[in-house]
Amino acid sequence: MATYLEFIQQNEERDGVRFSWNVWPSSRLEATRMVVPLACLLTPLKERPDLPPVQYEPVLCSRPTCKAVLNPLCQVDYRAKLWACNFCFQRNQFPPAYAGISEVNQPAELMPQFSTIDYIVQRGPQTPLIFLYVVDTCLEEEDLQALKESLQMSLSLLPPDALVGLITFGRMVQVHELSCEGISKSYVFRGTKDLTAKQIQDMLGLTKPAVPVQQGRPLQPQEQPVISSRFLQPIHKIDMNLTDLLGELQRDPWPVTQGKRPLRSTGVALSIAVGLLEGTFPNTGARIMLFTGGPPTQGPGMVVGDELKTPIRSWHDIEKDNARFMKKATKHYETLANRTAANGHCIDIYACALDQTGLLEMKCCTNLTGGHMVMGDSFNTSLFKQTFQRVFSKDFNGEFRMAFGASLDVKTSRELKIGGAIGPCISLNAKGPYVSENELGIGGTCQWKICSLDPNTTLAIYFEVVNQHNAPIPQGGRGAVQFITQYQHSSMQKRIRVTTIARNWADAQNQLQHIEAAFDQEAAAVLMARLGVYRAETEEGPDVLRWLDRQLIRLCQKFGQYNKDDPNSFRLSDSFSLYPQFMFHLRRSPFLQVFNNSPDESSYYRHHFARQDLTQSLIMIQPILYSYSFYGPPEPVLLDSSSILADRILLMDSFFQIVIYLGETIAQWRKAGYQDMPEYENFKHLLQAPLDDAQEILQTRFPMPRYINTEHGSSQARFLLSKVNPSQTHNNLYAWGQESGSPILTDDVSLQVFMDHLKKLAVSSAA
Amino acid sequence: MSVNQQAHTGPPYGQPQPAYQRYQQPGYGGQQMPGVPHSQYGVYNGPMPGYQQPAPPQGPLRTPPTSGAPPPTSGALLPVGQPAYNQFGQGDVQNGIPASAVQMPSVSQPFIPGSTPTSISQLSSFQQYGPSPTGAQQLTNHMAGMTIGSVPTSAAPPAGVGYGPSTSVPPASGSFTATGSGLYTPYSSSQGPRPASMTHGLPPTSLSQGVPLAQPAFSGPPLSMQRLPSQGAPRPSTMQSPPLSGQALAGLPASQPNHLASPPPPQQAMSGPHPGPPMTGLQGPPPPSTHPSQPGYQIQQNGSFGQVRGPQPNYGGAYPGTSNYGSQPGPPPPPKRLDPDSIPSPIQVIEDDRNNRGSEPFVTGVRGQVPPLVTTNFLVKDQGNASPRYIRCTSYNIPCTSDMAKQSQVPLAAVIKPLAMLPTEETPPYLVDHGESGPIRCNRCKAYMCPFMQFIEGGRRFQCCFCSCVTEVPPHYFQHLDHTGKRVDFYDRPELSLGSYEFLATVDYCKNNKFPDPPAFIFMIDVSYNAVKSGLVRLICEELKSLLDYLPRGGNLEESAIRVGFVTYNKVLHFYNVKSSLAQPQMMVVSDVADMFVPLLDGFLVNVNESRAVITSLLDQIPEMFADTRETEMVFAPVIQAGLDALKAAECAGKLFIFHTSLPIAEAPGKLKNRDDKKLINTDKEKTLFQPQTNFYSNLAKDCVAQGCCVDLFLFPNQYLDVATLGVVTYQTGGSIYKYSYFQLETDQERFLNDLRRDVQKEVGFDAVMRVRTSTGIRATDFFGAFYMSNTTDVELAGLDCDKTITVEFKHDDKLSEDSGALLQCALLYTSSAGQRRLRIHNLSLNCCTQLADLYRNCETDTLINYLAKYAYRGVLNNPVKTVRDALINQCAQILACYRKNCASPSSAGQLILPECMKLLPVYLNCVLKSDVLQPGPEVSTDDRAYIRQLVTSMDVAETNVFFYPRLLPLTKVDVDNDALPAAIRNSEERLSKGDMYLLENGLNIFVWVGVNVQQGLIQNLFGVSSFSQISNTMSTLPILENPFSKKVRSIMDMLQAQRSRYMKLIIVKQEDKFEMLFKHFLVEDKSMSGGASYVDFLCHMHKEIRQLLS
Repeated sequence: MATYLEFIQQNEERDGVRFSWNVWPSSRLEATRMVVPLACLLTPLKERPDLPPVQYEPVLCSRPTCKAVLNPLCQVDYRAKLWACNFCFQRNQFPPAYAGISEVNQPAELMPQFSTIDYIVQRGPQTPLIFLYVVDTCLEEEDLQALKESLQMSLSLLPPDALVGLITFGRMVQVHELSCEGISKSYVFRGTKDLTAKQIQDMLGLTKPAVPVQQGRPLQPQEQPVISSRFLQPIHKIDMNLTDLLGELQRDPWPVTQGKRPLRSTGVALSIAVGLLEGTFPNTGARIMLFTGGPPTQGPGMVVGDELKTPIRSWHDIEKDNARFMKKATKHYETLANRTAANGHCIDIYACALDQTGLLEMKCCTNLTGGHMVMGDSFNTSLFKQTFQRVFSKDFNGEFRMAFGASLDVKTSRELKIGGAIGPCISLNAKGPYVSENELGIGGTCQWKICSLDPNTTLAIYFEVVNQHNAPIPQGGRGAVQFITQYQHSSMQKRIRVTTIARNWADAQNQLQHIEAAFDQEAAAVLMARLGVYRAETEEGPDVLRWLDRQLIRLCQKFGQYNKDDPNSFRLSDSFSLYPQFMFHLRRSPFLQVFNNSPDESSYYRHHFARQDLTQSLIMIQPILYSYSFYGPPEPVLLDSSSILADRILLMDSFFQIVIYLGETIAQWRKAGYQDMPEYENFKHLLQAPLDDAQEILQTRFPMPRYINTEHGSSQARFLLSKVNPSQTHNNLYAWGQESGSPILTDDVSLQVFMDHLKKLAVSSAA
Repeated sequence: MSVNQQAHTGPPYGQPQPAYQRYQQPGYGGQQMPGVPHSQYGVYNGPMPGYQQPAPPQGPLRTPPTSGAPPPTSGALLPVGQPAYNQFGQGDVQNGIPASAVQMPSVSQPFIPGSTPTSISQLSSFQQYGPSPTGAQQLTNHMAGMTIGSVPTSAAPPAGVGYGPSTSVPPASGSFTATGSGLYTPYSSSQGPRPASMTHGLPPTSLSQGVPLAQPAFSGPPLSMQRLPSQGAPRPSTMQSPPLSGQALAGLPASQPNHLASPPPPQQAMSGPHPGPPMTGLQGPPPPSTHPSQPGYQIQQNGSFGQVRGPQPNYGGAYPGTSNYGSQPGPPPPPKRLDPDSIPSPIQVIEDDRNNRGSEPFVTGVRGQVPPLVTTNFLVKDQGNASPRYIRCTSYNIPCTSDMAKQSQVPLAAVIKPLAMLPTEETPPYLVDHGESGPIRCNRCKAYMCPFMQFIEGGRRFQCCFCSCVTEVPPHYFQHLDHTGKRVDFYDRPELSLGSYEFLATVDYCKNNKFPDPPAFIFMIDVSYNAVKSGLVRLICEELKSLLDYLPRGGNLEESAIRVGFVTYNKVLHFYNVKSSLAQPQMMVVSDVADMFVPLLDGFLVNVNESRAVITSLLDQIPEMFADTRETEMVFAPVIQAGLDALKAAECAGKLFIFHTSLPIAEAPGKLKNRDDKKLINTDKEKTLFQPQTNFYSNLAKDCVAQGCCVDLFLFPNQYLDVATLGVVTYQTGGSIYKYSYFQLETDQERFLNDLRRDVQKEVGFDAVMRVRTSTGIRATDFFGAFYMSNTTDVELAGLDCDKTITVEFKHDDKLSEDSGALLQCALLYTSSAGQRRLRIHNLSLNCCTQLADLYRNCETDTLINYLAKYAYRGVLNNPVKTVRDALINQCAQILACYRKNCASPSSAGQLILPECMKLLPVYLNCVLKSDVLQPGPEVSTDDRAYIRQLVTSMDVAETNVFFYPRLLPLTKVDVDNDALPAAIRNSEERLSKGDMYLLENGLNIFVWVGVNVQQGLIQNLFGVSSFSQISNTMSTLPILENPFSKKVRSIMDMLQAQRSRYMKLIIVKQEDKFEMLFKHFLVEDKSMSGGASYVDFLCHMHKEIRQLLS
């Protein structure tokens, strides 16, 4: 088993791919009986410091419907200079450049260690990256100030030749012209009126005017670039201007009467931003970065009216179909998101407010374009500041961790077909021989567009085994999948990353143990979770839970060892042992439970869940809990109420929150000031240890988690208490009869109860 | 003087001919005066005929005329006449000079060709004349010809000759001749005396003769003026002279029936007339007498009225210089024209009034007192009635009943200028503050406390002078009465003792029950390619920098409370944030012109002093920013919308200053297309040229008015930009339009800047509502001016400045009593430029009469013309111009006919008798009829007409007076040591001498006309060049030269400029230069290029109309 773990890990490190099954059932029937679909988590741009890109174009299979890339799995005839495509078996001539090829002189792409390889291709003009700031001015003075500072700071982080633009909005929307001296110019739009892209471009003067040819004034050939650059200027040119401009930004001056929300035209502002880029720089890497401090309150895309007495929609309202603006607003933003995606741009949303800001309606903007979604309480928090800063973080090569306008192309062996993908992408609607009719996630295509991605962006891709049961695959047969990701690197280069992987086929009837052993329960949990969350977007919460439960039960029935109708006999092999627990926590997670979450929060959590890699996803499903004590080094402990002890410090990482929790005794000690006494220096160290560890996490995670430092009995402890398995509650506290742990006031079932039920159902012959 | 009566007896038509005869005869007879007054009356007849002709296209009409007396003959004549006509026309022209028939003909022929070739053509022309527009045109042609001719004529023949031609000749001639001839013959016949003439007439040959005659004839017509008071009596003798003319006529014969009058006397007339006669003429014009026979001519002066003319010698009568006539008569050819000098002269009337009434202050204590003329300088002492500077009425004696009013046809109207500026010697209205309780008002009609309110019951109540309702005096206002029933505090309270005063309004008088904020000025500058290229943008920006220091302060404030804002625009709008805290201005572009809005709140409207640095920086940058613009498509309506929205957002009233260059063709609301089409002129569709293209602007105007947003428009067109449509908002919001066609920095800068300065600095009331209350019995029914009305009583003005005038017409709805008279109270509620809400009240008491004579004795012609012009100018919106003109003529004819019938002593129908107060009515009316709006020449653009139309609608009486009858000053006659202006002269080319320079002003332009023979020294002194040929046409100001003459002329100009609300454009015209045509257009007593009748001809025509009415 260890070998499989190693294999999985190795594969992940090399290719950024984790499959739910690492040995594939060889027929459609068997595959469906496996319950967990054959699927993988793909991190297309997984950082590979050890992988130097090659500077030439990939060699493609010449069959028009295939066009797979030459890879280590291909059969090569060195003498004939031929290679056979391992997907379609087309025999292809090597291009002339490969004339010198031989067994000892192989190109990189044929070497097994290059199952993942980067190509740098020189195609098309290089266009600079574009950053378009869309800034809400209906903020509190303090917030606005903080935001302005962050924006100014960000200018220094941008690539020097990047183009930047600025749109501000409140009651009106202003598009600022950045190149003017002496007077600052901006184009102003009404915040209540939706405009078509054409209108926007007309109004901004971006359409080529029918230039009246005037005598003695030859047409200036450079007119076009000149025009478009009025609003988008290279940062190095207008650095000072823009800094000043940002500095002079004022709060929206229109009066807000008592009992009203400020009028905020987010919908139109975004629409203009999209239209601006659409007209000037289609199909180049661009980020529209929306900074908003409240819900859109007017115009298209408004989420709530300006009357404060009408609160913004809650899950309750939505269930009761009482959210007046939701559908219309969602439609508006979806249209925008689709346009943006079609142009290869992406939208980031940085929403900082204590109340909801309409992320529910706007989520598609980020979800479909691969943009970031950040939610915070205020722009004046380190959460926002550091998160924003991290957008511009650089990798080991000193390059920005962002890529644009990617398209992902998936090729499969003929025994496999593609069911769909779940992640920050949209379908390119490329039908092909590999496309299954049964859609899982965004399906019906073998190509997806990912407008923006970073090294962590991870897609779940679902496959379907189509091999018929009566056409067995010979022993040792391997199925292969090739992922081709073309993207614009932050250095403006166009790159192609090709990952080709292969797995063995196995007959589930007689080789089930192989398949079972090759089960990747972590990947499976995440893949199933993604499916569940994906369904939750459109289905009722309880239905999704029921579906998840059924899948879990079926899995246990399939792979558990038990005697019928004897729950106590139920056992799961190691490779499955954690899976039910993941499912338990998933059921309780904010991704599927909306209770106690606002619609915005749900959207936010789901957004991140759908794009983070496996490790992060698992943390989201089942937070990690570390315990610090005098009794030894910090140790991971069960995410269970029994872990909450008086003399421990706990550190919980749930991805969105980092909670440091001081047990009752520790808290008293600290209150008594022991940490300041030299003789208790060890106590001081104990207090410091979790802080240091938390810092480490905070340093790297994007978005920066909410950092909560709390102690026993404090209200903030709820963040911890809501996550742990309620093994002890007010109901069973005394039944357990011991003092360890901390009871949770909840009616939720505990893992124990859950497992008991599961076992019962799994072994039930009635099922 | 006042009244001239003419008795028009017979039908004008026929009469004309008779007129001729009469003319001569009466003229002669009556005239005797000749020397003096001349009965220019004679003239009358002449004109009349001319006109008549029009009516009846020659053929028919004429016949009719003839019908009058000599139909038969006339009939016969007619045919002949026509030919004659042609000749005439031509002849006239030429005649002017030579007089000799022979020459004439030849000349004439050429002319004819021009206008209409042969005699036949003439005929046609004839018809046109009278009756239909076409006629008019032809006439015009003739006229033109004539005039030209006239010039020469003047030269040749003694003054007389010259006159003849110039004046009447042309137009009238055309028609006249035709009829005339016909008439003539008859006349002659009738007259008996002139057999000779007759002969002339008869023979076709006469034509040639006729020609000459014709001219005279023309002059003749003027004579008809006879009224020339002076003559009062009888110009019989003169009349006689006419007869001579008659002969001449005979020559004309053919031509003239109409002419009749005019033709005859020319020379004589000339001579005769010159002399004072005209003055005298006033009295009794006309020649009623013979009408039938000698129709037109007889002029009677008032005094003379009926009498004189009566005499057969119509002609003679007509011509003042009867004597001359007499003498001349003999001389057939020469003629008979009305002597221009014998017909009422505006100059004389003005001078007389100035002399008689200029010295004493006008004290307003007396009810129904007619104030001095607007041309007279006088001081006003308010003793209970509003100063004539605020209100002038067409009549100060109102008929008691509506029947009487209808009978007289004299419109009852008041021309009100509520915020008029007073000379420094007069006290501005006192401000009365009644505190929180507000002004005292009648409970029923809501009239404000005024000197006419009657306190009763020991002062505890007062009875309303308008509706008679009794109202309690509020305790705080109570005061005891003295033994005369006057309140003891009478003299302490302006509202009890003065005609004009102001109340401080309480919050009840404010919109939304909230005291208004100070108003705002928004400057909206066109930054299109044209505007930038011409330097306009830079000019405006430079000027604004300093001009902003001179915003109106509304009283004694230390600095103006008015806030300012700036917008530039082309296809999109640029707003500027000039908040004082900014380091540099911010520009905000709004491209969504389809749905205009104001993109900023704070910082758009600012206090000048606080934001001075930012504003200066902005104004410095605007020209730079757009220096390279190539935008030529413009929007317009969104600009107004933007200004309106800005004011709405700021919750204040204000004024937009829009500087605009071209037709707004960019895609936006209010987009216009070029629909200029000169072919529509003189068709039924002509009115569309005055109507807005779309009603979009009317709706916009409505919104503007609701907000108190006044729009001033400065236009700089290089081509058609549809003033009729663009001006709608300006017009309805009480704004002003300024138009600088083909703007050029060098020549127009001065004028534009002066206008701009004046416009920005002048006091304005905002968000105003005016209501005129009247005594029971009459009611304000119609309003003219630049404003908006949402109901039938309240005049709403987004802005009302000190130059804007509203004309109000009254109609009877009941009887008035002579005892109580009729009272007017004009109340204007407005927001001052300091943001104070005020009520300005003007009260005026008028007499009532049961005798028509009283009405006619207390009329004011200048005011009447003001009303008539406005009425007509509004009429063209809905009616063909011709209909409007005819209606005008008809109304005046009725007015005068009513007088003749009811007030004048019986006299021959051939005499034209004019009321003393209205003796200038014909000449002024003719000017109105000839104005660009009602009778455009080919060179007048559609935009200019629309512009003038709107301009006139807001003019006060003084402005219309000089606009329609420009002031012509002989510069070479100035006395450099004296402050006084040289005496004005009449607007006729024959009054100009080659050796002199003249200045002509009409409120819009100043012309300096330089004769070819002007002394070089004077040229050097004035223009700084050594010879006539070096004088530049393009100079827009006179060079500043250090010599007395230059100084004096410049000081005159400065003085004139100061009198007018707009800076007048200076145009230097050299005699015989191409620009001279332009200048001649303003010589309104002459026939105009566009077909307008000469004074003399018109007078004849008028006479004919009157006689027709009387018969």
